[in-house]
Amino acid sequence: MILETIWFLLWGLLWAIYFMLDGFDLGMGTLLPFIAKNETERRTIYNAAGPFWDGNEVWLITAGGVTFAAFPAAYAVLFSGMYAALFLLLFALILRGVSFEFRSKVDSEAWRKVWDACHFVGSFAPALLLGVAFANIFRGIPIDAQGVNQEGLLQLLNPYGLLGGVVFVVLFVQHGAIWLAIKSQGALHDRAQATAIKTWPIAVIGTVLFLAYTAVDTVLFNNYLKTPLLLAIPVGTVAALVAIRPALGAGKMVRAWVASATFIVGVTMFGVVGLFPALLPSSLNPGWSMTIFNSASSPLTLKIMLGVALVMVPIVIAYQFWVYRTFSHKITDEHLDYEEAY
Amino acid sequence: MDALLLSRLQFAAATMFHFIFVPLTLGLVIMVAIMETKYVTSGDETYKRMAKFWGKLFLINFALGVVTGITLEFQFGTNWSRYSAYVGDIFGSLLAIEATVAFFLESTFIAVWVFGWDKLSPKLHAACIWIVAIAANTSALWILLANGFMQNPVGYVLRNGRAELADFFDVITNPFGWNQFLHVIPGALTLAGFFIMGISAWHLLRRSNVDFFTKSFRMGMWAALIFSVLTAAQGHLHGNEVARVQPVKLAAMESHWETQANAPMYLLQIPNFGGEGNLVEALPVPGLLSFLAYNDPSAVVMGLNDVPAQDRPPVALTFLAFRAMVGLGTLFVGLAALAWLFRNRLTQVPWLLKALVYAIPLPYLAHQFGWIVAEVGRQPWIVYGLMRTSEGVSPIAASQVAVSLVALTLMYLLLGAVDIFLLFKYARKGPA
Repeated sequence: MILETIWFLLWGLLWAIYFMLDGFDLGMGTLLPFIAKNETERRTIYNAAGPFWDGNEVWLITAGGVTFAAFPAAYAVLFSGMYAALFLLLFALILRGVSFEFRSKVDSEAWRKVWDACHFVGSFAPALLLGVAFANIFRGIPIDAQGVNQEGLLQLLNPYGLLGGVVFVVLFVQHGAIWLAIKSQGALHDRAQATAIKTWPIAVIGTVLFLAYTAVDTVLFNNYLKTPLLLAIPVGTVAALVAIRPALGAGKMVRAWVASATFIVGVTMFGVVGLFPALLPSSLNPGWSMTIFNSASSPLTLKIMLGVALVMVPIVIAYQFWVYRTFSHKITDEHLDYEEAY
Repeated sequence: MDALLLSRLQFAAATMFHFIFVPLTLGLVIMVAIMETKYVTSGDETYKRMAKFWGKLFLINFALGVVTGITLEFQFGTNWSRYSAYVGDIFGSLLAIEATVAFFLESTFIAVWVFGWDKLSPKLHAACIWIVAIAANTSALWILLANGFMQNPVGYVLRNGRAELADFFDVITNPFGWNQFLHVIPGALTLAGFFIMGISAWHLLRRSNVDFFTKSFRMGMWAALIFSVLTAAQGHLHGNEVARVQPVKLAAMESHWETQANAPMYLLQIPNFGGEGNLVEALPVPGLLSFLAYNDPSAVVMGLNDVPAQDRPPVALTFLAFRAMVGLGTLFVGLAALAWLFRNRLTQVPWLLKALVYAIPLPYLAHQFGWIVAEVGRQPWIVYGLMRTSEGVSPIAASQVAVSLVALTLMYLLLGAVDIFLLFKYARKGPA
């Protein structure tokens, strides 16, 4: 009981950290065709993500791996049930990953355009798909008595699912614009800051709509009504959203980024806590839901993995933090001249 | 075609494509780490240029290795969901631990290494590539322990309709997984050795950067020499274990049909494609098969006729892949020994240098054949003796799998072509 709950919260936290970290890479990739005016600016965007994106993406691998390890039955239903959506996500991530490495390896305008297009698709599509997927999990998916879900791509694109997708894209774009403002200077920095400021009201509207629609279309709020103390999560999340704007206006980009990161973590945890104890609620019959109790691994596995997680996750956070500090500088021409630069 | 066959094809395509890039990653990263360490300890700039040149080839290769690895984690859920639910307790936790203890380190520090040449002290920078090398190989260990569970399930108990963890220590000390690890890693270093020797030979033939490529060649030569011998010797021990743990796989590797003591090995043998028995059996060496399998010429070796047809793996494919792997492995020992003999007058033996250029793809083939033996030879089981492959497949529509299979194959072919093009381009360009 306690083990399952701990793993459920860890599971949610892993996804939240993934969205917080890879969110800005995906957001910058989505902005790439719109915000960069020349080759130097495009390369600045690639190199603003350069030392981080690979390590960030591993949080996704770990979140997936932990779903597999801690809740294998839910993993099986989720991955086979959202087959088409997951393959699209996979293809997008593959394209993004190779675009970093391949783009600057051949000196040709056409070659770079191909990889820029791949980079954009590979950034925009995961943001959208993950939003659609999580919104659909929040509202429930058609899991039958045998624990089989046969949801096609089109059924995922219901209004609430689409709203979730759009909200994720907006959050990531704002997050990415703030990061770009931190890492760049001159005209690109100013444009990134302006973009973040312009995105903010859209994020506010999206969040309000999403919370309202959530109240209508899902049972997520039930947990909060049962335990009002938990309302601190959505309240804190909204407070973080509000705090982004003054920081942006004052040009305090790091503070804005922290607020935006808190907001993304908050949105994720709001959904996760609302789901409890279901991992994948069934829209057909609540009794057929995949909960943390009917889909968990054995207590022994959960205990051993908890030991590994308690030792390793702080270490991972520590060295990734060190990497962020080591490469906290603004991208300048000097960095782009560097032979290893993207 | 049904979802099962399509899923098998898709998994085979994804694993084999992934395994074009992984062995070079595992082996070359160690070689680059040694080069950079030599630079740090000797101060000789040539070694720094070597670390950068071979490191660039490593990175181009590494990119595809990583992105194709994600495909595999996804596929267990998408295409093999019943398998995932059945063994997730053990198999899933090994994958999760791999990500937490190894993949994070590898992915984080490779970026530090790439972008940190001017930001870190030379010692710290060299430490980064060692971290990547150790993490990459640790990653391989966890993955092979996971595969080891599929080959030789241990440390589990059947409960609640699935395989649950009973003894974690048994799972992580599974001798089968360790044997695969001890076979794959020297194999990866052999491949890296031939990769370095082959590209160096190409440049030496053109007399470009002779000092640089002579030094590189020597390092590749030593790796190839040492590790091709180790791979072969360990392969024999691994074969002994297969004979003990997976007698049906061994029988298929040898296309051995009659259970008998003092079992012979035929110097000329062709299996009967699609049917039972052998088309050709000539020149028997009495007792050799018994000896190779059990180190005892009079031991009894089980034959495929004692196994119901539905429990046999595809015999001809397993047999031929095994022969090809062993043949190539033997060739590598010979080629590496020749390279050692002529190491001091390389430019006087253009025929050897040419041969080594053409030998570059061969270790890749040997690795592919090795995995065919291991994975095809395990059929019809997804977990040996415990769960059939047909029972592990997802309850999904064949049309879905067909579409994803075509899309995945096309994407992999395109990306593979780009990657090989870039490897050629930068290998030919030579060091900066």
